[in-house]
Amino acid sequence: MSREQILNAAVMLALVAFPLWAWAADEPFLITLTTKAAILALAGVGLNIALGLGGLVSLGHAAFFGIGGYAMGVLASHAQLYDPILESPFLIEGTKSMPIIWLVAITASGLAALAIGALSLRTSGVYFIMITLAFGQMLYFFAISWPAYGGEDGLSIYARNDFPGLNTLDPIQFYIIVLALLAAVLLLTSRLAKSPFGLALNAARQSPVRVETVGISPYRLRLIAFTISGMITGLAGALFADLNRFVSPTMLSWQTSGEIMVFVIIGGVARLFGPVVGAMLFILLEHLLGGLSDYWHVYLGVLLLLIVLFARGGVIGSLAGRGKAHD
Amino acid sequence: MSLILFAEQVLNGLQLGVMLFLMAAGLTLVFGVMGLINLAHGSLFMIGAFAAAAVAGATGSFLLALMAALAAAAAAGALVELVVIRRLYNRDHLDQVLATFALILIFSEGTRWVFGSFPLFLNIPDYLAGPVTLPGGIQYPFYRLTLILIGLAVALGLFLLISRTRLGIQIRAGENDREMIAALGINISGLYTIVFALGAALAGLAGALVGAIQSVQVGMGEPVLILAFVVIVIGGIGSIKGALIGSILVGLTDTLGGLLLPELFRQFMDSSAASSAGSALASMLIYILMAAVLIVRPTGLFGAKA
Repeated sequence: MSREQILNAAVMLALVAFPLWAWAADEPFLITLTTKAAILALAGVGLNIALGLGGLVSLGHAAFFGIGGYAMGVLASHAQLYDPILESPFLIEGTKSMPIIWLVAITASGLAALAIGALSLRTSGVYFIMITLAFGQMLYFFAISWPAYGGEDGLSIYARNDFPGLNTLDPIQFYIIVLALLAAVLLLTSRLAKSPFGLALNAARQSPVRVETVGISPYRLRLIAFTISGMITGLAGALFADLNRFVSPTMLSWQTSGEIMVFVIIGGVARLFGPVVGAMLFILLEHLLGGLSDYWHVYLGVLLLLIVLFARGGVIGSLAGRGKAHD
Repeated sequence: MSLILFAEQVLNGLQLGVMLFLMAAGLTLVFGVMGLINLAHGSLFMIGAFAAAAVAGATGSFLLALMAALAAAAAAGALVELVVIRRLYNRDHLDQVLATFALILIFSEGTRWVFGSFPLFLNIPDYLAGPVTLPGGIQYPFYRLTLILIGLAVALGLFLLISRTRLGIQIRAGENDREMIAALGINISGLYTIVFALGAALAGLAGALVGAIQSVQVGMGEPVLILAFVVIVIGGIGSIKGALIGSILVGLTDTLGGLLLPELFRQFMDSSAASSAGSALASMLIYILMAAVLIVRPTGLFGAKA
């Protein structure tokens, strides 16, 4: 096993052991905190497919995170009011069932990623960064000015949605669902990176001209990667809204995009567990520094600056040495 | 809807446009010359507004407040360039995005630390307050009209600076070939600091001018920054002319869309549905404009071919 694999195993062990300890010690708040970290990690794992594998610096992933959140909010709010979403030409009712909500969230954010990606990927470099940022902002303003689902105030859901056989209101049971999804997506991502598709995508990042020469279109590879990336971040959005029982335009704001990107960078770009380590560290810092000072973002900013300037490769890069480097 | 209302909104659109230009010009210069994407440009806008509000509060002079905004933003810009930005020129865009995102966190929370969370107010000076009557009987706030004139004057000054002065020649040369102008004996890192401080000063000026018609608060810079990005994408990165035309287009589209779309929807919907659907669509309109420009010209209206 390489050092990175040992590190990954240790992180996975911590994700299982720490909440179990918190459960035994009757500290539900710590379980909820870990749940939040795991959900944000999932959003980061999504972004990492575009950013790490594809080299696509998307500053608009809040769009997919928010769409996932609103998919949950819209379905659950219709269900709790017994008010069908659509009556004619056919009946569509709201639902409180998590698997259906996930499916809708993944589909909706995937379609959005396909549309935004198809336009944004016509460009590259700085244009791509600015355009993804702008499209994210477009959805943010749309959510604010569209009054049907709460507008600026957001949408509250009274009870967490249901999962067959589990009591989702119990923190540890909800955490198990989140952890299972995170583990499944991590497995999927590691398979994806080693698949012919992942290898071609990696090659398209390093040398698009050569990839094109052997008859593969880099545009299509990137569009597929961007779509998958959006779907995963959308799923995380649905879970995040379910965790808070609340969804608001803040989920769509550009700061959210920036934070998701920060998880990936702190942990390590293109590392399988980079976003997981990054999100855990972010939540830990938020919890520790946030208790010390209301202005903890200053410290976060300084830390981030130091990581970018002096510790390239993030935490995993520093601990496990150069593996698959970003560039 | 009367013609006068329409004319007023066109002027409002122009006013938004020229203020966006002050932001976009700095961004596009910095990108054109140094190849750097600077998310913290909105923080410089905010610094200008806060410096102006603080100085106006202490001295009561609007002119001194504007000078303070220019000086504070330029100084902050130069400092940031010397300490952080200079290390980023040879990095990839991802590092630039993250480092400047970190700068936003530091500037925003730092400002909140110093000035508190409550918004400050910057008053329009008496000699610029009140409406003026324009030809055609349009009553328009004198201050907003002044903003349009200042913006156009700055645009003209910038064109002259770039096309007629020695500094302008160096800037244009720096865009084309930085090794060559360094070899010709020009202090390239000094030039970069000057260009960055110039862009910062323009952003600070915009912040102070806009600060007088809205509240001065933490986070005021980022929405403008993102609009300026849209402007640059439409105009083409690195082109001052593109930034000017893009700014006016975005300003007019945003302002007139908010007025005309609900009106248009009212033709075939009931009134409340029309105003909510209209305003929701209007808020997306500039991004739709951006997408349309991208489909036709992926490098913007005046951008160099990629």
